Amino acid sequence: MKVQRWTRTSMLFTSGTGVVALALASVPLIFDSDVVQKLTNLLILVILAAMWNALAGYGGLLSVGQQAFIGVGAYGTVFFAGLGVSPYVAMLLAMVLAGAVSVPISLFALRLRAAQFAIGMWVIAEVISILVRLDKNLGAGTGISLIQMNQYAPNFRQAYTFWMALGFAVLFLAALFFLLRSPLGASLQAIRDDEDAARSLGVRVASRKRLLFVLAGFGCGAAGVLIVANTLFIEPGSAFSVQWSAYMIFMVLVGGLGTFEGPILGAILLFAVQTIFTQGGPWYLVGLGATAALFALLLPRGLWGAIEERLGLRLMPVGYRVVTSSKQEEASA
Amino acid sequence: MSLVNAIVQGIFLGAFYAVLACGLSIMFGVMRIINLAHGDVAVLGAYLTFVVVERTGASAFVAFAVALPVMLLLGYVLQLTVLERSLKSGILTPLLATFGLSIVIQNLLLVAFSPDVRSLGGSAGAFTTASWHVTGELSISALGVLVLVVAVVVFGALQLFLSYTRPGWAMRATAEDPDAAELVGIDSRSVYARATALAVAIAALGGLFLGIRSVFDPVSGPTQLIFAFEAVVIGGMGSLWGTLLGGIALGLAQTLGAQLHPQFSVLAGHLLFLAVLVARFGGARLTLRLAR
Amino acid sequence: MSLLEVAELDCRYGLLQAVRGVSFEVAQGEILALIGANGAGKTTLLRSIAGAHRPHTGKVSFDGADVTRLPAHRRVSLGIALVPEGRRLFPTLTVEENLRVAAVSHRRGRWNVQAVLDAFPLLQARRKVPAANLSGGEQQAVAIGRALMSNPRLLLLDEVSLGLAPVVVDAVYRSLIEVIQEGVTVLLVEQDLTRALRVAGRVICMLEGRVVLQGEAKALDRDRVVAAYFGLRRPAVGGAPA
Repeated sequence: MKVQRWTRTSMLFTSGTGVVALALASVPLIFDSDVVQKLTNLLILVILAAMWNALAGYGGLLSVGQQAFIGVGAYGTVFFAGLGVSPYVAMLLAMVLAGAVSVPISLFALRLRAAQFAIGMWVIAEVISILVRLDKNLGAGTGISLIQMNQYAPNFRQAYTFWMALGFAVLFLAALFFLLRSPLGASLQAIRDDEDAARSLGVRVASRKRLLFVLAGFGCGAAGVLIVANTLFIEPGSAFSVQWSAYMIFMVLVGGLGTFEGPILGAILLFAVQTIFTQGGPWYLVGLGATAALFALLLPRGLWGAIEERLGLRLMPVGYRVVTSSKQEEASA
Repeated sequence: MSLVNAIVQGIFLGAFYAVLACGLSIMFGVMRIINLAHGDVAVLGAYLTFVVVERTGASAFVAFAVALPVMLLLGYVLQLTVLERSLKSGILTPLLATFGLSIVIQNLLLVAFSPDVRSLGGSAGAFTTASWHVTGELSISALGVLVLVVAVVVFGALQLFLSYTRPGWAMRATAEDPDAAELVGIDSRSVYARATALAVAIAALGGLFLGIRSVFDPVSGPTQLIFAFEAVVIGGMGSLWGTLLGGIALGLAQTLGAQLHPQFSVLAGHLLFLAVLVARFGGARLTLRLAR
Repeated sequence: MSLLEVAELDCRYGLLQAVRGVSFEVAQGEILALIGANGAGKTTLLRSIAGAHRPHTGKVSFDGADVTRLPAHRRVSLGIALVPEGRRLFPTLTVEENLRVAAVSHRRGRWNVQAVLDAFPLLQARRKVPAANLSGGEQQAVAIGRALMSNPRLLLLDEVSLGLAPVVVDAVYRSLIEVIQEGVTVLLVEQDLTRALRVAGRVICMLEGRVVLQGEAKALDRDRVVAAYFGLRRPAVGGAPA
């Protein structure tokens, strides 16, 4: 009997993802900028879904306020670019700012229990939103454009933004992947399964959660950066909108809470839905909300969780399998 | 606006928040659920009242009396369909399910009514715009007094219900120990349904006052939820009278904040809320310990 | 006819089997003691009879009717009442409120608030005191009284003596015996072997979820009971216990 990390499927798939990433990198060279912009949106959704899942699925932290970091990333970009920094450097700085801001917030937020944490984060997002609204230099309530991007020709700008999005997506997914494979990852699974039991075994629950929280701060900040880079205009109502949380919840619940592949599936689904219902409108949001609620009640592990259970399939090697001589058995979550 | 006037307005505003928060507090007290769709339920109640006003031309208060039984029924249905299931799953499930529900309600309202803002002020009667000018700077509005009186009456009635009636004791028993409650013959499902029905009905009352005091539109819900939750937390989660006091504290924070700068009012409320959370949970043990 | 019939009952917590294939009957007016070490499955068994725990397989019949899937509060209206392990009173409700809230099933009978206070005189003075402020013995009295308020035909008692001083337990049992003598059927779980054998007509001993011994209390000798309790086998002549 042996404990196995990699299976043939997961080996195939992981090397496959490398190929996929390379293929994606060539997108701006093949498709026109309309498609590139749309695919940038998809990558933004992937990052957001992965980060929300990191918090809720692996940390048990249900945040309805990640839009705080999205907004900080977006407005941070505008701010740094306004100081004269080159736009793409400003973007990196803004992402770092978002991550940095998440640290002091974590000191207080992580002590809160479920509902207080969820709504507490929402209130923090509202506070930051109000403070931004008061600043005329940031466009106050009406919004501001990232005019510094005009120095690039539209095609190039779209391509650079896409590659940045791809880079961020790979970066954060890889960070999450290695986190989950490390001893840290095992302790995270333990925390998710039974926090008190994990604590009694010496797992430092608080610092584990903080790590996830700060990672999500960086990640959502990166998403915010990409949003303003992609649309060139930002206003507080949309940057700090709780709608982002709604999207994140939908993607992760439908895709698969607590699985690695689930959020990516959820992002692709949301992207597909958004592309089909381009005129948006209330009915498609009704469907989104109802679907999220139904999944929460009836299919809590999401689509990918159900697939995993049915087929015993795991594409990314983040768990362990116990292989006995006669047959394979799934031994861990 | 003078300081005294600000305080008076703050108390009136706070009473309104207390009514909004009451239902949220009931559901948390009895079922340990925070209904993220609570604000939207209040707005739904306001729309229902609005529809009755439009159709019949009745006054807003009469229309509310018609809408009330519908909201009570809605509460029952909500519990027996969505909330009951979510109670059995994890702690996060009720939050996720009610969040989804919130989006559904907002967007169904958008479909049924346009994004235009509505108001119930016009149909509430001249009395609701009357006020007494006590001094040059202090005026006491009739509506403010009405809301304050109603708030005290509602909370008082609830307290009497919980302290002196058998269904009230059953509700407290189920809140304290649902398992033991079942064992003495209390149908906990029915108790929960009753609690939700009450919560939804009182939320609708909050919606009525929202519509009379100011305006509402399909997406007003989340704002009301945040204020309601802040009131509950400031006053102490699980305490009924705490919610009334918490609401008033929130109202005062907002009106006093507005004294400093007109755009500070909501911010001041948020800061008070966060400060209470820090004091209650953050404490003096704020230490920075990154992954060791 | 037996009032209570338990057939091949199997109760689980997830993968853990707490009750395995348990079958027995309780006749009307009988007093049956359920004994066994901690973890033997006694509380789980009692809870499934009361309706607080869904059995995995098996059947519970009360007065001829199958109640296996009936929720607990409905069984109370049929006449089953459980005094749960650890008392489980409602802390902020007073003694009187704890009693009166349990009358919700509206079953007719001789038990009401005054009758309970008469049966447990120590509670007379504590009528308006919140349950959280009562002593252990007072809480146990209220817990029993609360179960009686539904005028049950079958009274289930789970570890009535747990955590109480012997003197207090004596007082509780004295009142209990008066109650029992009025003809209600009783199934009690009791750690104190002596008391169990003294009060009960029949005894069932459980070990690791199974029934390992059944019989008339008078007919069983203590050694046999102790051996069943701890799972000791009778030693062969000259050999050691298995």
